[in-house]
Formats: sequence, C-alpha cells, structure tokens
Amino acid sequence: MDALGTDWAIDWVRRSAAVVGEHRAELSGLDRAIGDGDHGENLDRGFRAVVAKLDEATPDTPGAVLKLVATTLISTVGGASGPLLGTAYLKAAQAAGDAPALDAAATVALLAAARDGVVTRGKAEPGDKTMIDAWTPAVEAAQQALDGGADAAAVLQAAADAAERGAEATDPLVARKGRASYLGERAVGHRDPGAQSSAYQLRAAADAAAEG
Amino acid sequence: MPVGLVFVSHSGRIADGVVELAAQMAPTVPLIAAGGTDDGGIGTSYDKVLAAIGAADRGQGVLVIGDLGSAILTAETAVDLLDEPPAGGVRVLDVPIVEGGVAAAVAAESGADLDAVARAASGDAAPQAAGSAPDAPDLPAAPGPQEATAVLADPEGLHARPAAALVRLAARFDARVTVNGADASSLLRVIALGLRSGERVTVRADGPDAAAAVEAVVDLLEGGA
Repeated sequence: MDALGTDWAIDWVRRSAAVVGEHRAELSGLDRAIGDGDHGENLDRGFRAVVAKLDEATPDTPGAVLKLVATTLISTVGGASGPLLGTAYLKAAQAAGDAPALDAAATVALLAAARDGVVTRGKAEPGDKTMIDAWTPAVEAAQQALDGGADAAAVLQAAADAAERGAEATDPLVARKGRASYLGERAVGHRDPGAQSSAYQLRAAADAAAEG
Repeated sequence: MPVGLVFVSHSGRIADGVVELAAQMAPTVPLIAAGGTDDGGIGTSYDKVLAAIGAADRGQGVLVIGDLGSAILTAETAVDLLDEPPAGGVRVLDVPIVEGGVAAAVAAESGADLDAVARAASGDAAPQAAGSAPDAPDLPAAPGPQEATAVLADPEGLHARPAAALVRLAARFDARVTVNGADASSLLRVIALGLRSGERVTVRADGPDAAAAVEAVVDLLEGGA
C-alpha cells in the first residue's frame, strides 16, 4: 500500500484510542510524578468520544477524519493536551485538505503541520520536556525517510521510531513549560507524559499503515 | 456598554469567586465565569469558554483572563476557532487572575476600551491621561500641574474597594492623576502603595481638569466621598 486513504485515518484513530486506553494508568502515573496526574484519564475520555463520533459520522477523506478528532479532543480532553493535540490534528487536517489519499510527501507535510500547530499553541521549544520533544524528531526522521525514497508507511515507521526515542530522551530534562516547570530539578528522571502519548499515537499511525 | 470579562479557571469555585469579588467594584460590567470541566471537575472546558465569550460580548470587546497554562491554551484555541468573533475584538491575557481580573473589571467599569482594560489587567500605566470626562465638575481649567496633600481617613487603609473607587473617580477627569507617584488609572499600582490609615498622601494631577481632580481625590481620601 502506498498512499494512505480514509480507511487508514480511521484505523489510526481507533488504534490511538485503543493504545491510550491500554496505557491510561501509565500515562496518568507519569503525569502524577511531574504534573497533575490526569493525562491518561483526560486523553482516554477524549479518544472514547472520538470513537463514539466515528461510529456515527462517515468522514470521507483523511482530512475529515482528522478534523473530527481535532474538534472532539479540544472540547473533551480538558487539560493542556486538549488544545495542544486538538490544534495538532486540526493543522494536520488542514494540511491533508480534501485529498482522498496521502502519498509519502503529503504524510510528511501532515506531520510537520501537526508539529507546527503544537509549537504555535504551546510556545515550547525542543528540550523543554514537552510533547514537542516527540513530534520534532518524528518530523525530522519522516523528512529523512522521504528524502531517502521511503513510501508513506515507511515514513510513518521512521516518525514513530524517532518519537519513541524522543519521548525517552525527555527523562533527564528539566521542564521549562507546563505544570512540570514548577518542579525544577525534581522533574529530572521522569518522562514527559505528553511526549509519551504522542509517541503512542504516532506508533498507531505507523501500525495502521503497515498492517491496515 | 463596557468591555466584557471572562474568567477561565481550572476550578469552578475560583472562577465564580473572582466574578463575585470583581462584581463588587464593577457592578455594570459583564463578568462571566468559565471554571472547571463540563462535568464540574478540575480542568478547563472549551465549550464553557466559548459560551462565556458570547455571554460577555456587549459590542465593546471581550477580555479573557486565565489562571494556569492550560486555561490560557484552551482560551486561545477557543478564540482561534470562534465562528463569529466579537465585533469589538477579543484578547486572551495571562495575568494573575485575581489581581488582574479585579483591575480589569474596575477599568471596564470606568468605560475604558479593550486596550486600556488589558493594560490595567497587566498593571501597565496608561500611555496618557484617562480619556474624556463627561461627569467632571465644570471648573475653569487651571494652568500647570496641581498638587495637594491628604491624610488617609479609612481605618482599613487604602484596600481594594476604596482603591477601586479612587481609580474610578480619577478616570472621570481629563487629567493625569498620580497618588504618591503611582498612576491613579492603575488599580494594581494604587493598591501596591499599601497606604495605611493616617498616612499623608500626595495627590498630583496634570491636564485641563487637574485642580478639580486633585480636590475630588483628596476629598475621597479624607473620607468625604
């Protein structure tokens, strides 16, 4: 499979919902260490609402699927991750436009738009111990894969691998944005929950492309 | 109509409390609380913020003040996605929600526009003397700055409510008024003086209504108003 269609987008979202539900306690545990302890519950509530809407609506392009995810997460997640991830999916939806399917270049453009949305909304920079630390290496790896001639599925694979490494790399960081920034050095040794959940979502995108 | 204010807090009770406090000093300003999640928990609700912006909009713009980071993010996202932004504009401000909110409410009550309300909330001084003065006593314009000394009468000192009354009073004159050097158009600066009962206070004013402004502010401080 080369281009990624609406089926892929729906599969991605359902896989994200499943992995967030599966790791709900783990994500809230990470958040309890350096934040307010609700990241897993918030995200799980948001993705459950997304799945409920997907069961009713029939979006007919990848962009329409992502827009539905965006608006639902913004109004159901509650914490900072609602507006941040909602903006990411909204920008991704705008990048995807009305295209019925996305090739490798369009997939990279989608990831870059999502990352830029999070950066604009949260005003964080790489190394601030936020979800940017998963998204930025993911976009860079996706671009490198594209330059090396990878197809859309391989682009997502590279992005997911890099996002996981990026999330792990937040462990030793001092947070400079978000609730964890109040903790100073005490945030060191804990993974950023937003970076971890972003890595899960990007892995879901890659798995949907590889196995869908 | 005054500028409308929206208070976005993670806690419904904090947002309601700020509205309660600010309403004491700004009875005609639309003050709308958007606190907590849709089911009443701790968090912020995009839908509540959207509804609150609509409810606060009386045509002169809306200022949204949030408490912690994600309240600001939620408010900014809501503003970006508004179908019909308020005709008078909408701004999101990251300032201390109680102090900034009360200062903004007092500025809005005195008829300030959205820019001036936002400046008041941030604790910034006005760029020039507070606007026109429809209610000002019709006294002949005195040349040059005017100055007088008052002894603060209020046994509680110049706490928030009398400070707000002073800011509202000073705004009625076409003059730039200072109290012990602090800009009298800024509630935060006036409160920050921490004036105590019995303290001597220097009131200065510059502008066409300077003499009347000094007289009125001295009267207020000495318990006449």
